[in-house]
Amino acid sequence: MCLAVPAQVKSCDGNNAVVDLHGNRVRVSTVLVPEVKEGDWVLVHAGFAIQQLSAEDLKETWAVLDDLEKKGGGL
Amino acid sequence: MTQRLADSHAAIERLLDAAKALPKPAAFMEICGTHTVAAFRCGLHSLMPANVKLVSGPGCPVCVTSQGDIDMLIELAQRPGVTLCTYGDMLRVTGAKGSLEEARSGGADVRVIYCSLDAVKLAAAEPKRNVVFAAVGFETTTPATAVAVLEAERLGLTNFTALVSHKRILPAMRALLDSKQVNVDGFMCPGHVSAITGYATFATIVRRYKLPCVVAGFEDVQIAAALAKLVELARDRKASLENLYPQVVSRWGNRRAQNLMRRVFRPVDARWRGLGMIPDSGLAFRSRFSRFDAQSRYKITPIDSPEPPGCRCGDVITARCTPAECKLFAIACTPVRPIGPCMVSSEGTCQAWFKYKRQGKSIAASEDAVATPSQEARL
Repeated sequence: MCLAVPAQVKSCDGNNAVVDLHGNRVRVSTVLVPEVKEGDWVLVHAGFAIQQLSAEDLKETWAVLDDLEKKGGGL
Repeated sequence: MTQRLADSHAAIERLLDAAKALPKPAAFMEICGTHTVAAFRCGLHSLMPANVKLVSGPGCPVCVTSQGDIDMLIELAQRPGVTLCTYGDMLRVTGAKGSLEEARSGGADVRVIYCSLDAVKLAAAEPKRNVVFAAVGFETTTPATAVAVLEAERLGLTNFTALVSHKRILPAMRALLDSKQVNVDGFMCPGHVSAITGYATFATIVRRYKLPCVVAGFEDVQIAAALAKLVELARDRKASLENLYPQVVSRWGNRRAQNLMRRVFRPVDARWRGLGMIPDSGLAFRSRFSRFDAQSRYKITPIDSPEPPGCRCGDVITARCTPAECKLFAIACTPVRPIGPCMVSSEGTCQAWFKYKRQGKSIAASEDAVATPSQEARL
């Protein structure tokens, strides 16, 4: 249940943001990380951005997810 | 990719190296269902030396929810006029009167939501329905409930309530250690709970119980590195707190999320499957928000329900037995026909064992069990 995935903020609107979640545009709440702005990376859990991330940490995460996808593994 | 493989390889080498010098076999506990599944999925268990074990603790919110709370939820879903909103994880958990999924097929209005705010939106859009949100989860998920309640307050909604079964991980770790029924040599601490609470939360385990705690991420490399670190600390007889997920976890966590939780909830004693009543391990509404409490609104009291006969989920989540030691495992209890919550939840220890570590146990019998529903359908 504590699964969370990284996503990039595409646009902010008050307490909400549209994020790019591996190609999908998803609307999430930014109440818990009000300082985020367009271009930032966040960790998304159950429709909420729960933490801001630094961009360089993420390449590795997506490499793993891509790898799983290629192998047909579910997430 | 190559770099990642090299890192994983290095982590496993470190693990094997440190394990050679362990004074005695060591068992470490992960207390996050997402870790349980990730460790199995990446094959970590098969790479571990014989003297190192990684056992699962009470880290799956669905699995630790007491049978009484589950029965309460299902009873509430069956009330006329009630729309029950739940995260998908809870849908198939069985209570005395079936599961939420069964209640839904019997006519109850049960809806699966991804985000707590979806329940608030539903309440606003359908004022004639009494929307109840099944609020389960650890500290990672609790802030989402707090935000939903504050949003319902802002909108002045009177048809939104939450049945709160949120749990706090630290009191459960303490209760587990105080029970002295479980011997572990250290903890792999939950990365996303720590993102909210901060890793400093676990300092008390290091201080009081002299056990190492390592905060871990969820990728194969991160889990392997955390386990290697735990083995090294055990080898050196060093109890310390290490954060191996610094890209997400800070010392003090997400203060804003903590403040929102504190504003809406206060700690209360809570009943856990397998652990019983644990002081301050649950959350209840502060009096200012009591009108959002489904339990008082619908005058429903937790029932002291027995666990399903033969089910050892309570022992499994406290590492007192392995799934394979449960007589029901993979025979009567399978992911298709789960009996206990650890087999229901995709993050449950039993389901992870069923998928990844069945090791030939009763394959034929389990296939029979899987075949049963279609046989029934033919009849």
